[in-house]
Amino acid sequence: MKRDFLLRFFWVSALLIGLSCATQAYAEDETADGLIKRLSVDVLETIKADKTIRGGDMTKVIALVDTRIMPNVNFQRMTASAVGPAWRQATPEQQKRLQEEFKALLVRTYAGALSQVSDQVISIKPMRASPEDKEVLVRSEVKGSGDPIQLDYRLEKTPGQGAGWKIYNLNVLGVWLVETYRSQFAQEVNAKGIDGLIGLLAERNKANSKKG
Amino acid sequence: MNRGFASLTTSGARYWRDRLTGWGLLLVAVLLQACATVPYPDRRDPLESMNRSIFGFNDVLDRAIVKPVATVYRDATPTWMRKGVANFFNNLEDMWSVVNNALQLRGKDTGESIARVMVNSTLGVLGFVDVASDMNVERHTANLGLTLGRWGVGSGPYLVLPFFGPSTLRDAAAFPVDLAGNPANAIDDVGTRNGLTVVNLVNIRAAYIGAGNVVEEAALDKYSFLRDAYLQRRRNQVYDGNPPDEEEPVEP
Repeated sequence: MKRDFLLRFFWVSALLIGLSCATQAYAEDETADGLIKRLSVDVLETIKADKTIRGGDMTKVIALVDTRIMPNVNFQRMTASAVGPAWRQATPEQQKRLQEEFKALLVRTYAGALSQVSDQVISIKPMRASPEDKEVLVRSEVKGSGDPIQLDYRLEKTPGQGAGWKIYNLNVLGVWLVETYRSQFAQEVNAKGIDGLIGLLAERNKANSKKG
Repeated sequence: MNRGFASLTTSGARYWRDRLTGWGLLLVAVLLQACATVPYPDRRDPLESMNRSIFGFNDVLDRAIVKPVATVYRDATPTWMRKGVANFFNNLEDMWSVVNNALQLRGKDTGESIARVMVNSTLGVLGFVDVASDMNVERHTANLGLTLGRWGVGSGPYLVLPFFGPSTLRDAAAFPVDLAGNPANAIDDVGTRNGLTVVNLVNIRAAYIGAGNVVEEAALDKYSFLRDAYLQRRRNQVYDGNPPDEEEPVEP
């Protein structure tokens, strides 16, 4: 009898703990535009506060991108989408290498753009999406001196994972990142295969990092 | 203003007669290359072979002359001065945007463009200070290529213009009119007119040195990178920042 009670107590508390964990996980899920806003403000404030970053300290900018932004990006999806149909023919090892090299290339480029930030302010535009949407578009605008710069993100819902949303494409001034790499990747894959593309990316990353 | 627009057609014609002869020769040379085939054709870029030759020519010109000149200029001038020069030419461009926004029947954009020109030409000391932007009157840059696009004219094949770079058949056809529509090209004195053009181009190139370096690092094939970026950007402008999806992205 006593044992029965203990057992029941155990199950109920396990259930409760499980439930509270689950609700907590969901409670942490932000809205997609909330996430973008938090990330943008966070990154901009960090850059503005740190003189070494604005001075062009690449390792610092890359570290910032890696720790703050990358956890909120579905990089596998981004790479797969840029590589196109050839992605499915790639071995898991090739897919891993493609992701690593593409990521290195993009993080560096993005970091280069970020280090030019000075007095910019981000404003998030009102989002048109229903709560059931699995994929949403968040639009924002970077305002500084000069014309405002359009900066949009596509996000997918990842319930309970990370912040609840992950970025899988972004556009600057109407130019989508994934689409801009698609024909360059296809050209190389058609000419020299997946390994050719990996080689080209690796070569470019090496040349870029030499520039310091 | 009045005199400027009255003499606009004649000076525009002269401007183009001077240049077309030289361009014609270059174009013939380049068109001969257009028949060559490319390994992986893109449906938006049937003239890729020719375009790549012109792109190569522009790239050499940029590396050898334009970029070095712009770099020296950037290092020799203070930021406020380059900003002022950019503002001055933007103000001239805004005058042409007034016409195009009107042709697109965009009341608010036309009104704001007029307000910008009026405020910047007076309070902004002939356009050198962008007072209007500080007053939150936004720019609505519009040229004839965009106007045609918004009236439903398709972009046609991608084209790379000698000296001017990425364009499309539609944008290139509208380009001479855009040039003629810029008050800077309506100045009668050839020396002044050419001088202004050079200052404008060098000032623009100087502003894009940083961005150019980012592209150098990010692009695997600079030609395709810039082509795809240009076509997307233009399409985005035509659809006012909200273009319909072209095709579904490939799922992983």
